[in-house]
Amino acid sequence: MPTILLLGAGSDMAIAIARRFAAAQYDIQLAGRQVAALQPLQQDLRIRYGITATVHHFDATAYDTHVAFYGELPVKPDITLCAFGYLGDQEKAQQDWQEAARILQANFTGAVSILNVVANDYETRKAGMIIGISSVAGERGRQSNYIYGSAKAGFTAYLSGLRNRLFRSGVHVMSVQPGFVNTQMTQHLNLPPLLTAQPELVAGAVFKAVRSRKNVLYVKWPWKYIMLIIKLIPEFIFKKLKL
Amino acid sequence: MQKRLANWGNYPAITSEESAYSQEEQLRSFVVANHGFIARGNGRCYGDASLGKHSLSMLKYDNILSFDTVAGVLETQAGVTLDQILDIIVPKGWFLPVTPGTKFITVGGAVASDVHGKNHHVDGAFSGHIIDMDVITGDGTTITCSPSRHTDLYWATCGGMGLTGVITRVKFGLKKIETAYIKQKQIKARNLEEVVRLFEEYKHYTYSMAWIDCLQKGDAFGRSILIVGEHATKEDLNAKQGQAPLQQPAKPRLTVPFNLPSFILNTFTVKAFNWLYYGKNFKKEINNVVPYEPFFYPLDAILHWNRGYGKAGFIQYQFVLPLEQKEGLIAILRRISDKGWGSFLAVLKVFGRQESLISFPMEGYTLALDFPVRKGLFAFLDELDDIVLQYGGRLYLSKDARMKQDVFWKSYPHADRFAEIVQTYNPGKRFESLQSERLSLTK
Ligand SMILES: Cc1cc2nc3c(=O)[nH]c(=O)nc-3n(C[C@H](O)[C@H](O)[C@H](O)COP(=O)(O)OP(=O)(O)OC[C@H]3O[C@@H](n4cnc5c(N)ncnc54)[C@H](O)[C@@H]3O)c2cc1C
Ligand SMILES: NC(=O)c1ccc[n+]([C@@H]2O[C@H](COP(=O)([O-])OP(=O)(O)OC[C@H]3O[C@@H](n4cnc5c(N)ncnc54)[C@H](OP(=O)(O)O)[C@@H]3O)[C@@H](O)[C@H]2O)c1
Repeated sequence: MPTILLLGAGSDMAIAIARRFAAAQYDIQLAGRQVAALQPLQQDLRIRYGITATVHHFDATAYDTHVAFYGELPVKPDITLCAFGYLGDQEKAQQDWQEAARILQANFTGAVSILNVVANDYETRKAGMIIGISSVAGERGRQSNYIYGSAKAGFTAYLSGLRNRLFRSGVHVMSVQPGFVNTQMTQHLNLPPLLTAQPELVAGAVFKAVRSRKNVLYVKWPWKYIMLIIKLIPEFIFKKLKL
Repeated sequence: MQKRLANWGNYPAITSEESAYSQEEQLRSFVVANHGFIARGNGRCYGDASLGKHSLSMLKYDNILSFDTVAGVLETQAGVTLDQILDIIVPKGWFLPVTPGTKFITVGGAVASDVHGKNHHVDGAFSGHIIDMDVITGDGTTITCSPSRHTDLYWATCGGMGLTGVITRVKFGLKKIETAYIKQKQIKARNLEEVVRLFEEYKHYTYSMAWIDCLQKGDAFGRSILIVGEHATKEDLNAKQGQAPLQQPAKPRLTVPFNLPSFILNTFTVKAFNWLYYGKNFKKEINNVVPYEPFFYPLDAILHWNRGYGKAGFIQYQFVLPLEQKEGLIAILRRISDKGWGSFLAVLKVFGRQESLISFPMEGYTLALDFPVRKGLFAFLDELDDIVLQYGGRLYLSKDARMKQDVFWKSYPHADRFAEIVQTYNPGKRFESLQSERLSLTK
């Protein structure tokens, strides 16, 4: 059976993705900072789907543990999906470097650190797929969340470079731009229902996109066009907007 | 997130701040940091029990923790719904010990309403099958309670409408089955007298309930169809069913897409009932073997049928009267029938004896029917409440959206003790719903 590794497995999107892939009889590796909190999900996946699910300690910002983390996995995953992230507080991050650093690390440098390791392994094995959950926030910086946005922009650029590099080795890299998703991260916000996806919708879209080996996945189609328009606004106008 | 929320009756509808978490520690932090909120399952209670200005949705707290397929014991987080459970346990030869008339409720909701099924007279309510459970109480601690541990919390949580705290984990016993089918018998009754007699005659059946036509007068007053059933054995199945005895054939589902004017639903049920009652193939009695879904969840086949009552919503009025108060039943049904405001069909069931603190069931007859919300309805229901009180009965909190305080306090014999325990585990109204405010259940 194929195996998928979920980094940041406690995230609402990762939970839905775990169930979707387990339903298709994938074995699941759940990796996150809080091992105890992942155990109920591990039990659930075993009981509902009869698959093998394991739990692994993983901290995206503990860079020097990443080689050992990957080396110690009982089975090398066929798919590695990066779901961890941190929205943070933009205003706080403007004042407080700790907050800014946390945002940059949880969304960008942590991902680079672990995916470098995974990519090298997949490249030598000439097999595997890497999926990164980035964000439309990375497509153009806006005053309301450009620190998070710039970290995601870095991640998006990293994923596209990686896709380019690994293409020749037959390793596929997919970037996911979910748009708004109703999760823990956004539950304090009032999101527009029509543009907001449920985690299960994201999971279904990711599962389908794995089969068709999509490069860039927009979960709700309007987002592709919204971002197209946002990117087309000339900078001299854009800088005056309250976004 | 701000949300427009209503339960199954679509009355009342309010704007509520909703939070949801997938991990116990997150739930605990939420409990400690907030006041005046109520746990919410799948919103299948009809009235205002799981509505509040702030609600804690349990639907993301939905892992199955253990399933002992030999002993038939299941342990789940509170947000798992019964339909998910059935998908897992039925193929392994197990069934829910007690199930309400919809499978779209959570385990937490099953405990908090102490739900009953068509087998109450044989198997009791849901609380009778709980081995133990965890509740996050007002100070943020998780307490494991059971019929032998922290019994005050246990009994006030079963049927306690979420007021003792957030139920997080429940372990309960299942019922062994050989097949996913039910051997059912449908019997026509000419009137109320006859159906009451039939209930008595068929009381050894595990499952029983009756549909009553509320509009008939005279000799046919209370004309009904009694449906009784047992889990089918392998020998009961035909060749096709026998090929996969624990699988039921897949069925498409219909959805009512938006609110319809309320007469449509009545027209539909009148037709369906008359078809059953007068259909030329329908003798006095029909015996057949059917999958469990249409037997237990006939209404679930039409998702969102509640929208058929229109925008104003409806009240489901459910009361229970002691067994010996048959005249009470007749008196109330007569009032309903004369007024002509209720749904055409009502559901009648028999409850067995049940020891409890605050649960709804007591030995007797329970009747449930729908009333579309309209001017004058609440005054009329107040009159019915008086008759219920007069005959020593009470109303189901899980269906209630409008009963007056004194009706509750007069009809639940242990209400004071319940409120005392709630006060212990939930001081200062940390857990609070529109219903608890209306009935003054918390201090
Ligand atoms: C078509 C239909 C048929 C029905 N038939 C029956 C029947 O035959 N018998 C019967 O008994 N009931 C029946 N009901 C009612 C239903 O079973 C109950 O109202 C049940 O409690 C709904 O559960 P829920 O998960 O939707 O919870 P909600 O409706 O969201 O909440 C119900 C109550 O449970 C509390 N609650 C929910 N989760 C928790 C938790 N984790 N911790 C603490 N409190 C919690 C809420 O605060 C609230 O007080 C029926 C309902 C429908 C729509
Ligand atoms: N929700 C949206 O609208 C939206 C939109 C676009 C993109 N995204 C992105 O989608 C991904 C999933 O987000 P979500 O909405 O599902 O969020 P979520 O439920 O808030 O989950 C975020 C997860 O990231 C984990 N995490 C944070 N820092 C970590 C670290 N240093 N090491 C390991 N794990 C860490 C958290 O783990 P802990 O439990 O240990 O804290 C948490 O499980 C994120 O990358 C997010 O940026 C979200």
